[in-house]
Amino acid sequence: MLRYIVRRLLQLVPTLFGLSILLFAWLHSLPGGPEAAMLDVRATDAKRAEVRAALGLDEPLIVQYGRFMKRLVRFDLGDSFTTGTPVMEEFGRRFPATVELTVVAMIIAICAGIPLGYLAARRHGRIFDGLTVTGSLLGICIPIFFLGFILKAIFAVKLGWFPSLGRQDVDVNATRVTEFYVLDGILTQEWDASLNALWHLILPAIALASIPFAIIVRMTRASVLEVLGEDYVRTAEAKGLRENTVRGRHVLRNAMLPVVTSIGLLTGGLLSGAVLTETVFVFGGIGSFLATAISNRDYPVLMGFIMIIAVIYVLINLAVDLSYSVLDPRVRVR
Amino acid sequence: MSAKTDRIDRLAELTARKDEGGHGLWYEAFRRLRRNPLAMTGAVIILLFVLIAILAPWLAPHDPAAQTWLGEIRGAEGFIPGPRSGNWLGVDGLGRDELSRLIIGSRQSLLVGVVATLLGFTAGAILGGLSGAFLGMFGKAGRWVDSILMRFNDMALAVPSLLLAISVATILGQGLVTVMIAVGVTQIPVFARLLRGSMLAQSHSDYVLASTALGVRKRRIVLNHILPNSMSPVLVQATLSLATAIIEAAGLSFLGLGGANAANPEWGVMLADSQQYLATNLRLAVYPAVAIIITALGFTLLGEAMREALDPKLRK
Amino acid sequence: MALLEVEDLAVTFQRKGTAPVHAVDGVSFTVAEGQVVGLVGESGCGKSVTSLALMGLLAKRGVKVGGKALFDGNDLLTMPGSTLRDMRGSEMAMIFQDPLSSLNPVIPIGLQVTEVLKRHRGMKGEPAEKEAADLLDRVGIPDPRRRLKEYPHQLSGGMRQRALIAMAVACRPRLLIADEPTTALDVTIQAQILELLKELVAQQGTALIMITHDLGVVAGLCDEINVMYAGRVVEGAARRPLFASPTHPYSVGLLGSIPRLDAPRGEKLKPIPGSVRDNIAWADGCAFAPRCAHRTDECLDGPPALVQTYTGHAYRCVNPVTGDEVEAVTAAATLPAPSIVDATTDSDGEA
Repeated sequence: MLRYIVRRLLQLVPTLFGLSILLFAWLHSLPGGPEAAMLDVRATDAKRAEVRAALGLDEPLIVQYGRFMKRLVRFDLGDSFTTGTPVMEEFGRRFPATVELTVVAMIIAICAGIPLGYLAARRHGRIFDGLTVTGSLLGICIPIFFLGFILKAIFAVKLGWFPSLGRQDVDVNATRVTEFYVLDGILTQEWDASLNALWHLILPAIALASIPFAIIVRMTRASVLEVLGEDYVRTAEAKGLRENTVRGRHVLRNAMLPVVTSIGLLTGGLLSGAVLTETVFVFGGIGSFLATAISNRDYPVLMGFIMIIAVIYVLINLAVDLSYSVLDPRVRVR
Repeated sequence: MSAKTDRIDRLAELTARKDEGGHGLWYEAFRRLRRNPLAMTGAVIILLFVLIAILAPWLAPHDPAAQTWLGEIRGAEGFIPGPRSGNWLGVDGLGRDELSRLIIGSRQSLLVGVVATLLGFTAGAILGGLSGAFLGMFGKAGRWVDSILMRFNDMALAVPSLLLAISVATILGQGLVTVMIAVGVTQIPVFARLLRGSMLAQSHSDYVLASTALGVRKRRIVLNHILPNSMSPVLVQATLSLATAIIEAAGLSFLGLGGANAANPEWGVMLADSQQYLATNLRLAVYPAVAIIITALGFTLLGEAMREALDPKLRK
Repeated sequence: MALLEVEDLAVTFQRKGTAPVHAVDGVSFTVAEGQVVGLVGESGCGKSVTSLALMGLLAKRGVKVGGKALFDGNDLLTMPGSTLRDMRGSEMAMIFQDPLSSLNPVIPIGLQVTEVLKRHRGMKGEPAEKEAADLLDRVGIPDPRRRLKEYPHQLSGGMRQRALIAMAVACRPRLLIADEPTTALDVTIQAQILELLKELVAQQGTALIMITHDLGVVAGLCDEINVMYAGRVVEGAARRPLFASPTHPYSVGLLGSIPRLDAPRGEKLKPIPGSVRDNIAWADGCAFAPRCAHRTDECLDGPPALVQTYTGHAYRCVNPVTGDEVEAVTAAATLPAPSIVDATTDSDGEA
């Protein structure tokens, strides 16, 4: 097991290396050249020349890449044009909001998606199954920001059940510990603050959850259908095991393997999907920040975002692979 | 990264199988499709969508750019005329006929979908086809080229597509062409992996072994047998990819990457523009959104049904 | 009274929009305590479906089961699901064809054995572990304690089948159904597994239904043999009479297609021409007629009735093979070794 983990960690090296090359290539294909990523659009020519020299843009590409890597490793991504503060600082402040939103959305998607997919598979070919399949296809086809609009218009504006924007009501006087608002409330035992933050999370999380929910439903359904036809399920039945044992230990346990992998994949997609949802709900995470950055051509921010999401994505996949090896003994041997 | 890749690989393997009884895989699949009401719904939606897009200039009752009701609109109080005779769906925030914009907009959406898919398909097919051909034709060196190409491909596949699209779009600047290319780029690794996997599955099939045994040249086998037979899962993916492209394009437009063009309305841009009237005129968001959803659903229904019809494990 | 009396068992698969398929069509046979009964036939003849129907393991939807299957006087086919569930694994158990796919890949062998002990014998913890190790030991798995912690992919094919057998006999069932238990194994392992089954049956007095397409397996093991074709029993007899004087042309064909060491050099095997796909419906005559060398016009007049002879030999044929004709292929065929090749020309997997 330890050997597997080490090997898997070593495999990260070429992946991260490849990512850095892609990022470097991206930087060099920006309109205005790589210095655009360090310069405000309004920068003077003198300033531009200064930055070019500082970046060593006249040196060979390989030297430039080395320099670029040095900065990456130190997480030095420059300052945001819009706010003038270092990009990493901006992300540090906003990232918890996005993580909180993503986690809640994922919990919703998993808790609703797996049971629904399972039930649909058990009722394969009946009306319930058909409705579930159609519904999940529809879920994939709804642009999440539009779902955000609708949820907001109905449940926040019209019915007033949920707040329509922000992470917490302004009048809530909460102590900040971790910047994860829900967690902060729990840590400081300010239950109101925690609940209030959770309340703000529900609508955007539902909107964000729609796509992973739909995908999890379909994957679970397909996977359960496949496992139900497996010989070992028949063996379990032939042993006269109780229905719950057959379902839990033999069907679900095996059917969950591909779903677990997809959950990791979806979480990465969610982090970037949060961009769209957060914009709708004016949620103070990296999503809203990024939307602004796109319209302002704030390259340092964009590069930082791409890098961070990509690295997180790689790490999530690593975590998924490791958990997979716990769930499936066959992987460890390979 | 295996959930996505598993799905692709599974699809790729399917062509290598042939149904019993002499009927080709596609014959069987088509028979099954015709009996599937969801697939037929999808096909009808697609047909209608394409017809509307083609006939748009004749169907649209008004010039989509003409601001007919400008005098009545009081944006500050949020008054925008709703449905009435002459403007069946009302007008948008600038007084342009909503229905006409929707109808003309179908052209852009179709264009975005088709161009993005074609781009992803062509580039992906070249990449995947090359990779597969290298693997099949050039022995050990070929295997090396293949594994390096696929390493990069899997990496690109691992990057969330919206992120990939955003990075491409920042290089190219705003505009509809940007959206097409950005969305197309996200499809390249999908098609590449699919085609390569499909070719690989084909190359292990019996008839290829038989041709090899009969001394047919490798290049001939690849070009005459493997490549044509590897195409069916690619067609399924292309159908699904049209849906993804239309939805993703809407997302990019929403983020302001689509640009705005009064003469050429686009559903995603319309949806993005409707944001400012959201509180008072939700319908302006609903119309283009419903158009996007129905169209995407049409392609998804048909694509998924095709996949299911091809996959023996899913049909019991 | 026999332990199991199957009477007129019929299984029909009916899917919407397609013609119903009569997979099993009026099959009757009995199994007594300690007796080994063989169900023989090529792929798709309904022998596996018969066993699944007895165990109540057929899908609920789209399947119609008719007839009776009295186990100790109680009808398995009309029994409430929960009662049948209690009986499966304890009173009657089953071994399947492919040991790898029949074992849960992500659960250690130990748990797969102990879960039966827990369910039917209420054993838990260390006693269950010990019993599981004993069981593995009894079916000939060396170092059972270590094996309990291993996963199916870590065992060899023969070991896996032994483990499956251990699970099946864990509660000393009175009836054991073995569905092609050796087909997926190497020839040397096949013999070992058969020997093991023979031993267990002898020790525990278990009745065994042996399902196979391999007459060699049958010859070494079974007391009674029922040859099935297209969902019906076409010939049923005790082992010796069946091998000495097969009556149905299909049984004769099966025997003729076994390679034999004592056959003259250069003599060809006699495969049965055609495949199961060439069947006609029983309603139109004998289903085997299109492939039968012994066919006469009467064969297509309607379904042939089952003829019972006074010796207990039963066959379903209007133009049975007589002793002299059989001579050529069965002279020394009383106890052939387990065959190496498939007895039929059909290479499809079991339906």
